Amino acid sequence: MKRILLSSIIIIIGITFISRLSYLQIFSFSPNEVLEDPAITRIYDYPERGYIYDRNGKLLVANQPAYDVMVIPREVRALDTLEFCGLLGIEKEKFIKSLKKARIYSTRLPSVLVPQLSKEDYAKLQEKMRHYQGFYIQKRSLRDYDTFSAANVLGYISEVNERDLAKNPFYIQGELTGRSGVEKQYEDILRGRKGVQYIQKDRFNRDIGPYKDKIMDTLPEQGKEISITIDKDLQEYGERLMNGKHGGIVAIEPSSGEILSMISGPTYNPALLVGRERSKNYSALHYDTIAKPLFDRSISFEKEPGSPFKTLNALVALQEGVITPETSIRCYNGFYIGRKKRGCHCGGGLRDLNSGIYHSCNAYFAGVFQKIFSKYPTSDESMDAWEKHIRSFGLGGYLGSDIYTGRPGRVPNKELYDKWYGDNRWSWSYIYSNAIGQGEIAVTPLQLANMTAAIANRGHFYIPHILKKIEGEDITDPKFTEPQHTTIDKKHFDPVVQGMADVYTKGTARWVQIPDITIAGKTGTVENFTKIDGVKTQLTDNSVFVAFAPVDNPKIAIAVYIENGYYGSRYAGHIASLMIEKYIKGFITRKDLEKKMLDRTLEHEYAKPYSGKEFKINEYVW
Amino acid sequence: MSGKSILRRIDWLTVLFYLLLITIGWVNIYSSTFTEAEPSIFNFGTLHGKQLFFIGVSLLAIIIVLALEASFYERFASVFYVIAMILLLGLFVFGKTVAGATSWYNLGFFNLQPTELAKVATALALAKYLSDIQTDIKRHKDQLYAFLILLIPALLIIPQPDPGSALVFFSLAFVIFREGLPLYYLGIVFIAILVFVTTLMFGTIWVIIALALMVVLFFLFKKKRFRVPIMPLASALVVTILFSLSVNFVFNNVFEQRHRDRFSLWLRLEKDPKKLEQIRKTIGYNTYQSEKAIESGGLFGKGFLEGTRTKGDFVPEQHSDYIFTTVGEEWGFIGTTSVILLFTLMLLRLVYLAERQKTDFARMYGYGVISILLIHYFINIGMVIGLLPTIGIPLPLFSYGGSGMIFFTILIFIFLKLDANRLKEGV
Repeated sequence: MKRILLSSIIIIIGITFISRLSYLQIFSFSPNEVLEDPAITRIYDYPERGYIYDRNGKLLVANQPAYDVMVIPREVRALDTLEFCGLLGIEKEKFIKSLKKARIYSTRLPSVLVPQLSKEDYAKLQEKMRHYQGFYIQKRSLRDYDTFSAANVLGYISEVNERDLAKNPFYIQGELTGRSGVEKQYEDILRGRKGVQYIQKDRFNRDIGPYKDKIMDTLPEQGKEISITIDKDLQEYGERLMNGKHGGIVAIEPSSGEILSMISGPTYNPALLVGRERSKNYSALHYDTIAKPLFDRSISFEKEPGSPFKTLNALVALQEGVITPETSIRCYNGFYIGRKKRGCHCGGGLRDLNSGIYHSCNAYFAGVFQKIFSKYPTSDESMDAWEKHIRSFGLGGYLGSDIYTGRPGRVPNKELYDKWYGDNRWSWSYIYSNAIGQGEIAVTPLQLANMTAAIANRGHFYIPHILKKIEGEDITDPKFTEPQHTTIDKKHFDPVVQGMADVYTKGTARWVQIPDITIAGKTGTVENFTKIDGVKTQLTDNSVFVAFAPVDNPKIAIAVYIENGYYGSRYAGHIASLMIEKYIKGFITRKDLEKKMLDRTLEHEYAKPYSGKEFKINEYVW
Repeated sequence: MSGKSILRRIDWLTVLFYLLLITIGWVNIYSSTFTEAEPSIFNFGTLHGKQLFFIGVSLLAIIIVLALEASFYERFASVFYVIAMILLLGLFVFGKTVAGATSWYNLGFFNLQPTELAKVATALALAKYLSDIQTDIKRHKDQLYAFLILLIPALLIIPQPDPGSALVFFSLAFVIFREGLPLYYLGIVFIAILVFVTTLMFGTIWVIIALALMVVLFFLFKKKRFRVPIMPLASALVVTILFSLSVNFVFNNVFEQRHRDRFSLWLRLEKDPKKLEQIRKTIGYNTYQSEKAIESGGLFGKGFLEGTRTKGDFVPEQHSDYIFTTVGEEWGFIGTTSVILLFTLMLLRLVYLAERQKTDFARMYGYGVISILLIHYFINIGMVIGLLPTIGIPLPLFSYGGSGMIFFTILIFIFLKLDANRLKEGV
């Protein structure tokens, strides 16, 4: 008994030890240990972020050097706080607060103490830096903008936050990451890869040489330069035209889906969101709740498209075979829904497809809509057919473009109306507003431009995109290089395009013709309601215009949406024609028109709902 | 038989285990004290160079130990013991203090730690006393004397202070149990430890509830005829409860804060995970770092001289008490398991050897050797891998230290000499 006792104790101890060791070394073991090992520190070598060029190789975004003061709290020794704060140019309270925050984050990982010193501050500080243990200067590069425009397209970069750090182990504190626009979408391409040196440290945190003879060390990989599809001149010109106006302009090259310009008004200078003033400037932009400069109206502003949408209803009716171009409908300066009359501004008379479009006749399109809904025995079936066609133009959903944000817009469907009116308790007359692009249909300027491009291409479009080249190589992603076909046959487009061309020659936009360029377009004047103190109030109509040019070989398709711009050809039409001229000719012949558009603002319209007084809308004088 | 050379009679298997352990041990000391600047292994300015020298001295000691008559050790056991005790006493006057403990004599070229000598001497003395024909371990007086032999060196060592080493001497109690001390002594010690730990973990109330439960169960399931010895049972219960109460008192009023912290870390008494983590990284810094270093080795380890935490000196005392962490970090689970297996096999072999001895002295000494080696191995590795509270004693044949190296060698080889001679004297 006693003999066995000792042997058993020896064996039990052995088994206990081996179980504990297997727990430690096999179950608790994590292979990423190098990153957690206190004996190994990493020193980073930051690559330059890739430059961004426009479609013609003009520089949009470059870099400028910046210097962050970093701190590793556990290495900090007693120091003359006052003197140091003087050098850094910050207050003592802020210094103590930042240091405390760094300590809470980690005592042995670097934190940013003062971000983005200017070159002058850096020069002053650099000589004295070695007196302050635990602090060092990390060189980084900041964005340097070669344009005042395209802030909404380019986006901005900012320091990674705790959430980014938790989500992506690539980043460490103080690094910058794309926050919106192209900077965010193509972060992986632009940022490059930072170089790492692994240094072996002892427990006093002294360097004792490279880790594993540098086999794990890497050199920095420069960020790749990219070209975007934006035309810098057109973009800048458009932003100047948007002076004092709220709204969006999107121009697309129909033959490729490349976005030539994407303008949101009002906007801001991208350089505001760089450097030490960044957060102050950001707050100012963020809290401007009237102009909302950070709200990208070109992709996030969902509104009724108005009359340009009539072209789609015409195409649907042709495709469904319920009308021919010759089918005529009489306009009684309006039309009747039951016993109630709805108005029309077209002048009245017999309208066919061509004049229906160029006079933008509401009565004609109400009739067309009725015909579409009379083809099928039930409203449900008609609605499904209509919805399928409309959606094939990229409306009512995200286009799948490479633009980071945006809104899907809305195409109504039978489920919506079943919910509103009850199953089978509605018919075309309940929803005829959609015939003229009002009602439940909602689109963004980007979708509107894309729809125009599809018409310009006579039946297909390329998903709009912003990336053109990476390191000089054209993109090959089939998502952007293969056409998306609409459900409308090619032959039905010709009469509609003719109608749109006649808009310029005979119709609603005959005042905005451009010499030597054939344009097809469509005006829109969209009724516009808001709530003031809970009361539904009508505001001045939104001015909408879509166009493409030249008619036979379209190089540009454009959609302009100006809030409270009144009728379609007034602001949107003029701006669209100037944009087209600028893009195709490169210069403007109609200087007086240009001057008017550049100078005239709509600030008085935007102030109306906030004035607290009664106000008039749709004033004729301008 | 008797004519055969000692080389034919010695137990080569134990020698093999011994040689393997000191080799692996030295390789790991080399790795933990190695610097790029001084790669030579024969530089006596470095710790690994010194240790190599001590190993040389140990091999010389083996030759002397084996050359001496086997009966010499039994005959002079008491003399060794007295010399060892005098040396321990002398520390109070002439001792040299290193890291707060006055445990060494400065001999100029070498610091002698008499504690290590005392371990050998006490094992010999205890074996000699117990094997004496006049000693009867069933007698209380003889039990007392036997314990005194352990107690004297322990009491001399505690004030150095070196409570860890003092603990080693109590392990020799195994020998006394092996030789007939009733097992219930061991049972009482075991119950005392159990009550101590449960009181700290759950409080006296729960100990009382558990005891009450056991009494109820006992009465429910006892045989009808069994007559319960009411008085002894009652007094045992009272003593247990009093002991439990005194544990609280001792823990809170007698222990110092650092002792309390060690226990609260070991038994995870601190329930707040943040505070526990804080304790782990401050009071439990050594254990925290050693566990982390071992853990980072994984299955196969980082390779010889590749241990980043070893190189960075993150684990304190890594070449001495925490040498096992180097094995863990650089050789991984494969390495640590191999070392555990080597120790286990060597200890089992020694048990086998002890049991085959013909003389009481040799057998008892053998058990002494096993007890001493086992307690060192158990406490040291248990501490390093975080199973036991921090108690500073070296890992035999592994840890850096001249006295330890030499006297552990002598300890083992005296036994091998006795074993080699067992047939000669058995007649």
